[in-house]
Amino acid sequence: MPKWFTPAAILCGLMFAVSPLLIANAPYESTMGLVQKIFYFHLPSAMTFLISGVICGIASLRFLFGGDPRHDRTAWAAAELTVLFGLLTLITGPLWARKAWGVWWQWDVRLTSSLMGWMVSVAYLLVRKYGGPGSDKLAAGLALFGMANVPFVYISVNYWRTIHPATSVVPTLPASMGLPLWWCLAAFLLFFTLMLRLRARLEEQRARLDDLYLSLDE
Amino acid sequence: MSVDFDHLAVEDVSRQFGRRRALSHISFRAASGEILGLLGPNGAGKSTMMAVIATLLRPSSGRVQYGAHDGVKAGAALRAAIGVLGHDLFLYPELTAHENLEFFAGLHGARDARAAADSALASAGLADRAHDAVGSFSRGMRQRVALERALIHRPRLVLLDEPFTGLDDHSTGALVARLDGLRSQGTIVILATHDLDIADGLLDQVVFLRAGRVIESMTRPEALRSTYRAVMARPAG
Amino acid sequence: MFFRTVWLVLRKDLTVEVRSREIAYTTLFFAVSCVLVFAFALVKEGRPIEDGAAGILWIAIAFAGTLALGRTFERERQAETLRALLLAPADRPAIYVGKLLGIVGLLLAAALGLVPLVALLFQAPLLDHPFWLASIVTTGTLGFSAVGTLFAAMLVRARTRDVLLPVLLYPITVPVIIAGVRATAALLEPELDLAIVRFWCALLICFDVVFVTLALWTFEPLMTD
Repeated sequence: MPKWFTPAAILCGLMFAVSPLLIANAPYESTMGLVQKIFYFHLPSAMTFLISGVICGIASLRFLFGGDPRHDRTAWAAAELTVLFGLLTLITGPLWARKAWGVWWQWDVRLTSSLMGWMVSVAYLLVRKYGGPGSDKLAAGLALFGMANVPFVYISVNYWRTIHPATSVVPTLPASMGLPLWWCLAAFLLFFTLMLRLRARLEEQRARLDDLYLSLDE
Repeated sequence: MSVDFDHLAVEDVSRQFGRRRALSHISFRAASGEILGLLGPNGAGKSTMMAVIATLLRPSSGRVQYGAHDGVKAGAALRAAIGVLGHDLFLYPELTAHENLEFFAGLHGARDARAAADSALASAGLADRAHDAVGSFSRGMRQRVALERALIHRPRLVLLDEPFTGLDDHSTGALVARLDGLRSQGTIVILATHDLDIADGLLDQVVFLRAGRVIESMTRPEALRSTYRAVMARPAG
Repeated sequence: MFFRTVWLVLRKDLTVEVRSREIAYTTLFFAVSCVLVFAFALVKEGRPIEDGAAGILWIAIAFAGTLALGRTFERERQAETLRALLLAPADRPAIYVGKLLGIVGLLLAAALGLVPLVALLFQAPLLDHPFWLASIVTTGTLGFSAVGTLFAAMLVRARTRDVLLPVLLYPITVPVIIAGVRATAALLEPELDLAIVRFWCALLICFDVVFVTLALWTFEPLMTD
């Protein structure tokens, strides 16, 4: 385990512990009231979801054309985290939507493309689990196509209708709301980095264990 | 576009699938005009070895050298010099024998695929059944077509996985004669088989495999069956 | 040499299909069954719901396409002929293109039977703009098959290929389905708005170009073990 891991893990724990206080102290939004506070977890998990998906795609690409199993392990770890943060996004989103739009779900561009991206990452895990030998390549191909798919999903759903607030509102937030948001985002990203490292390390050790079994066989 | 070579060298090849080592530090050489036999019980790694030599499977470590060419880098030009007869026959049952052969001749870049298919059928002794679907053939006849399919591009290196399975005496004799012919043309033949009685006297070199490793190799062995028993009876390690 | 390989593989697939007709018949029958199931589900008091025809047509194409993809590669698996194709010194992307064209041909043939059926059962004026409909169906089928052929070829080695093919295929081909349905629905409007149809067609063409290119680029590394 790298040296930075333990201090970073403690820092991450503290940041999450403090975050409820910051969120509680932030002012109430005028129209949404208490429900708006979901936002402090919704946006960071959505951002992490997106970043995680991109990391999975890039690592898959490098694995496919470089053949280094390290990238494959990163891609796998990122795919699992994509499923996790995607799930958080997809749970917190409708909770907020119920209050803001009066419905749990809208076939809006962001919602739909998030759902499709999440489906691809679940499919990735299914392939890894049930694909048998050669599933590493198969999963890498899926991740690559999934990444290329994002703009198409976005454009095609966008042409329908969009009601999701644009990300451009974020920098215009007052500092009293901005601080807890950026704090939570940092905590989520730190948590993601730690989990990614930990998960990739688990696979690394599995690979080492396989090697040890093999050398026992010599 | 074809590459040519006068020997095949398998150098310290290992291949693992997860924790299972299918091949462990295999090395042997076969020269042009030789028939090399890979012998061993089921699960000894014969088919995996064949797949590695055929470039279908990359070795986890070690390498296969085709003369001066490296197996991983050479690509399509190298594949043009290899002919494979697998466990499964690599034939389309809905197509006729002639169509099958013509298709694969074309795929291998034959200038006149039709003529190549005609002459292949003649050497299989199946010219009269050329326009019947392969699905209607007996196992032995299919095997003969499959062999001609593997040889249609006159490969330098021929890999045969259990070619005697399901053949009657007459077809076996024809196949042995065909292999003799290939040897005298300077082809390198690698043969994985269980049929020791047929292989006896045919093989120039024998590599005995067990549990993914070479336990013995010899040149022109006498009394193959008893040698095989003696070698396989040795304790492991 | 590239086009010769494409032609050889395509001709071989068509010859096999013409001789057995298995995939064409089963695919068409399956597609028709899909349409009937939707008809039972969606027709109320003898009247189909609005906009239903476009969606049903594309669902039938997607489902039947999955079936055809699975069967086509099952054929290549039976006598391990896919290995033989990979062993040949031919360009591997050319083999991909040959298989792709065969599947597109099959699906277009199935669509030829499907479109009149949907038009008839759902009282939809699908055949009023044959040129646009043909463009939409062709580009949509090509995009769907481009992804499907690659994944089906990779899945030949996997034991669970029958379930994994739809699992992989549907999330990736969602834009094709959306674009196909929207474009077809636009054709069914009483006042044809060509701008909308053109937009979706352009999107489909972009999708086709990107995914065929990506498949050609990745076919070789994905198929070597």
